[in-house]
Amino acid sequence: MVDARMDPAEVDALLSRALSLATDAEAEAIFTERSAALTRFANSRIHQNVAERDATLRLRLVRDDRTGVASTNRLDDEGLREAVARASATLALATPNPRGAPLAAPNPSSADPSLGFVTGTANADPDLRAAGARAVIAAGDAAHLESSGAFSTETATLAVANTRGMRNVHSVTQAKLLTVMMGENGASGYAQATAPDIRAIDPSAVGEEAADKATRSADAVELEPGEYPVVLEEYAVATLLEYLSWVGFSALAVEEGRSFMDLGQQIMGPNVSIWDDGQDPRGLPTAIDYEGVPKQRVDLITNGVAHAVVHDTATAARAGVASTGHGLPAPNSVGPMAWNLFMSPGSSAKEVMVSGIDRGVWVTRFHYVNIVHAKRGILTGMTKDGTFLIEDGRITRPIRNLRFSQSIPDAFSAIEAIGSETRLVAAEYSGINVRVPALRLAKFAFTGATGAEAPA
Amino acid sequence: MQELIDLALDVARTGGAGYADIRIVERATESLTVKNGNLAEASSNRSAGFGVRVLVDGAWGFAGSSRIERAEVERTAREAVAIARASGLATREPIVLDDSPPAVAEYRTPVREDPFAVPLDEKLRILFEADAVMSKVAGVTLRTSGMEFGRERKTFASTEGARIEQEIVDSGAGIEAMAFNDHEVQRRSYPQSASGQHVTAGFEAVRDLRLVENAQRIAEEAVALLDAPQCPSGKMTLIIDSPQLALQVHESCGHPIELDRVLGMEASFAGTSFLTLDKLDALQYGSEIVNMEADATAPGGLGTFGFDDEGVAAQKVPIVTAGRLVGYLTSRETAPIIGRRSMGSSRASGWNVIPLIRMTNVNLRPGSAGTLEDLIADTADGLFVSTNHSWSIDDRRLNFQFGTEIGWLIKDGRLTEMVKNPTYTGITPQFWGSCDAICGPSEWKLWGVPNCGKGEPMQTHGVGHGAAPARFRGVEVGVGRW
Repeated sequence: MVDARMDPAEVDALLSRALSLATDAEAEAIFTERSAALTRFANSRIHQNVAERDATLRLRLVRDDRTGVASTNRLDDEGLREAVARASATLALATPNPRGAPLAAPNPSSADPSLGFVTGTANADPDLRAAGARAVIAAGDAAHLESSGAFSTETATLAVANTRGMRNVHSVTQAKLLTVMMGENGASGYAQATAPDIRAIDPSAVGEEAADKATRSADAVELEPGEYPVVLEEYAVATLLEYLSWVGFSALAVEEGRSFMDLGQQIMGPNVSIWDDGQDPRGLPTAIDYEGVPKQRVDLITNGVAHAVVHDTATAARAGVASTGHGLPAPNSVGPMAWNLFMSPGSSAKEVMVSGIDRGVWVTRFHYVNIVHAKRGILTGMTKDGTFLIEDGRITRPIRNLRFSQSIPDAFSAIEAIGSETRLVAAEYSGINVRVPALRLAKFAFTGATGAEAPA
Repeated sequence: MQELIDLALDVARTGGAGYADIRIVERATESLTVKNGNLAEASSNRSAGFGVRVLVDGAWGFAGSSRIERAEVERTAREAVAIARASGLATREPIVLDDSPPAVAEYRTPVREDPFAVPLDEKLRILFEADAVMSKVAGVTLRTSGMEFGRERKTFASTEGARIEQEIVDSGAGIEAMAFNDHEVQRRSYPQSASGQHVTAGFEAVRDLRLVENAQRIAEEAVALLDAPQCPSGKMTLIIDSPQLALQVHESCGHPIELDRVLGMEASFAGTSFLTLDKLDALQYGSEIVNMEADATAPGGLGTFGFDDEGVAAQKVPIVTAGRLVGYLTSRETAPIIGRRSMGSSRASGWNVIPLIRMTNVNLRPGSAGTLEDLIADTADGLFVSTNHSWSIDDRRLNFQFGTEIGWLIKDGRLTEMVKNPTYTGITPQFWGSCDAICGPSEWKLWGVPNCGKGEPMQTHGVGHGAAPARFRGVEVGVGRW
C-alpha cells in the first residue's frame, strides 16, 4: 500500500464546495479518509488478509437551533448535492433544540502536521505485514505453540470546516501487532504492540513475550473465587481505564447523572492520577476532534480526586466553559469521549510487586468486560491469556481464568503499588488508547471461574 | 456495472487467481433519536463501494474501495492479488472451497411500507409522542426514543458464474427511560435494550411495536426500580423472558457454533469455542427439551436473506436437537473440514470487509409450557428477569454472566416483589442442561441483535434469535457485592 491520501488542496476544496452548497443554513463539513490493511493469522498461518480505502463527507446544517445531518462517500458534485438535499430535508422538519446546536468557533490547530504521522507506516505493504506475522509465528513454533493474531496499519485523515470559519486538518498513522499463542494443556499467552511508527514494533519481541506467557500458563489449576490481592499487568489496567472512559469521563455522563465521577470528591486513592492528552506523542495522538477543535489535556483524576471531565462544543456551552476537543460527530447522544488516556507511573518494578502478597492473583489481561452498574463503576469480565497464583511473595502456578465483578473506583482506592514503567495499549474494541503502568491492588473480587469442559 | 464486474474478475484471473468474487454494495441508513423532548440526532447516510476477494495458490487476498470506477476497480483487483501472494508467504495447506453451485438469482426483503418513503414528520410524531408519555411520569430523568432504517443493495458475482442481486431492508425502533438519584441509576427499555427491536421488514414493523402504548409502563418501572430491593443472592429457579433469552442464545450457542471460531480462526480476538469438532453429534449441550436451529429463511429476522455473501442460498439447519449438538454455522472454506457443504452463513457487514461466518437467525424452538403466565403459575419459588442490561462470556463461551434491567420474585406461582440489578451466572452446558420448561409458540418471538461484533477489522452485523420464555433450575443469581 502506498500513501494514498487525497491531496490537501483537494481536501480543502472539497470542504469549501460542500459548505458553499449549504446556502440557507450554517454548516459544518467533516471529511474522513481511511486507508487500512490488516494481515490476520491463526493456527500459525495467514488466513485473512485485507485492505480498504474509503473517504466520506459528513455535512451538518444548522438553522435556528434545528439540525439536519447527511453523509456520503460519493464525493463528486452530484454526490455532495444529494447529501445537502438529504440534510436540508431533515433540517426542514427538525424541531429546534432548546439546548442549542452550536458549531465550534474558529480555533486554528498549532499541532505539528507530523504529530502521529509516519510515512513508513502509510507506505507499509502486505509483504512487510507478512514478515511480521512470520516472525511471531516463528516464536510460537520455537515454543511448540499455535500462533494467531493480526498485524494492521492504518492512515486516517480528519478535516473539519464550518461556516463560522473553523478549518483544521490532521492525518495520523497507526500500526498494531497482537498475538494470542496457545498450546497443549490450556497454554495461552498474549502480547501487543502499537505505535504511529511501524518501525517501533518488534514482531519477534511480541512473539517471544506471548510465547513465554503461554508456556508458563499450561496445566492451570482451579482457584476458589473470592477477594484476593492482585497484580494487574498493563493490558489489564488499560481495559479498566477504557471502560471507565465509556462510563464516566464525559461531561454528558456527568450532566445526565450516570457517571461515577463525583467532581471535587476523593473517589480513588491519593496515588491515582489519570488524564487525557490527544497531543502527547507518547500515545497515539490526534490533534483535533470531530468538530475541528484542537485537543486539550484534561486532568480527569488528580491524586484520587475527580477533577474534570472532557467536553465537546455542546456540553461546554451548557457548562460555560471551552470545549476540550473531545467531540464526536455532532449532534450525538453519546457525548464527548476521552480517547487518549494516561495514568501516572509509580516507583515499583513490576517483577517485585508480588513480594509481600501471601496469596493473590496475577492478571495478564481481561476479556469481554462489560458494565454492570455505571454510577458505581462496577464492571464484570474474565481474566485471559496468563492468570497466575501468587503465594508467599512469588508466582507459583497458573490458574484457570476467573470472572471478576468489581467496582473499579473502589479497587483503585486501595492501590498498594504502581509500576515505574508505562506501556501504550490499544483497546480491543473501542479505539481508545491508553498508556498505563501495572498496578498492585489490595483486593479484587473474583465471583466465578471458567468451568471444566463438559464431557462429550 | 457488468463491465466493472468483468474487469475485476478478469484482472484477478490474469493475476493468477483460481477463484475470485466481487461484491458491489450500496447501503443507505437513516437514524433518528429524540432525547428529553429534543431531536438529538437525525442523520441520513450513504456508503457505496466494492470488494474483490481472490484465492491465489490457495491463499486469500481482499481489497475494497469506495471509488466505483474503472481504474480503481482494476487497481483494487491487482491489490487483492498482491495481498493474496503475501498471504502465501505464511501458509500451510491450500484453501479449498466446497462445491456449492453458483447461483444466478435475485432476492428482496418483503416490505409493505418502505421506511425511506415514510415522511420524516410521521416518524418523529411517534418518537415525540412516546417521549411525551414518558415525560409525564414523575422521577424519570432521561428519556430516549429512536428509530433506525437501512437498505442495502448488493451485487455478487464470481469466477464460477454466480450473479446475485439482493435488496435487504431493515427497520428498528425502541424507547428507554432512565431514573437517577444520588446513588442509583436505573433503566427500562422497550421492546428490548440496545436500541430496541430490529427486523428485516418495512415501517409496518415499527408501527406494530406500539412504542407510545408501552411508554408509561416502562417509565414507571424505571422510577420504581430506584427504591426496589437489591436482587437476592444464591441459587434459585430462574425464568428468563424472551428478549433476554435471545441474547443468552446469542452468546452461549450462536457464537460457539461458528465453525471458524471452533477451528481457532478467531482465537486472537474474542476467543475460541468449547464446541470442538469431537462434540459434533456427541455432546449433550442441553436438556432434551432444548432444540435450536439456524434459519436464514425465517421471515423478518435480522439474519434473513436470499443468499449469503459467498452466494450460497439461505437455509434452515438443525443445531441442537433434543439437547444434542448436531450442527455448526459454516462457510465454503470451513464446511468441507467437517464433510459438509456450506449452510450459507458467510456474511460481510459492508463492501469494505470480507465475509465471515456470522449467525443467521439462531433460534431456540418453542416448547410446551404454554404461556408465560402458565410458566410462572407452575413455579413455586424463583426469580423472573427481563430485558438485558449487561453481558459477558469467557473466551471459550463457557462461563457467562448477564445482568437484566428488572426482576420479580416468584412466590407460589405469582410475581411478587420487584428487585433491582438482577444478575445471573453459569456454565453453558450445565445451564442449558437445567432448562426444564420452555413456553409455547404463542410466546415465541424473533428478536434482532443489530450490534453483533466479530473479526478483525471488527465487523458489526445484525443477527436474529427466536425465543420463548424458559425456566432454569438452580441458577446462581445476584452475583457480586452490592
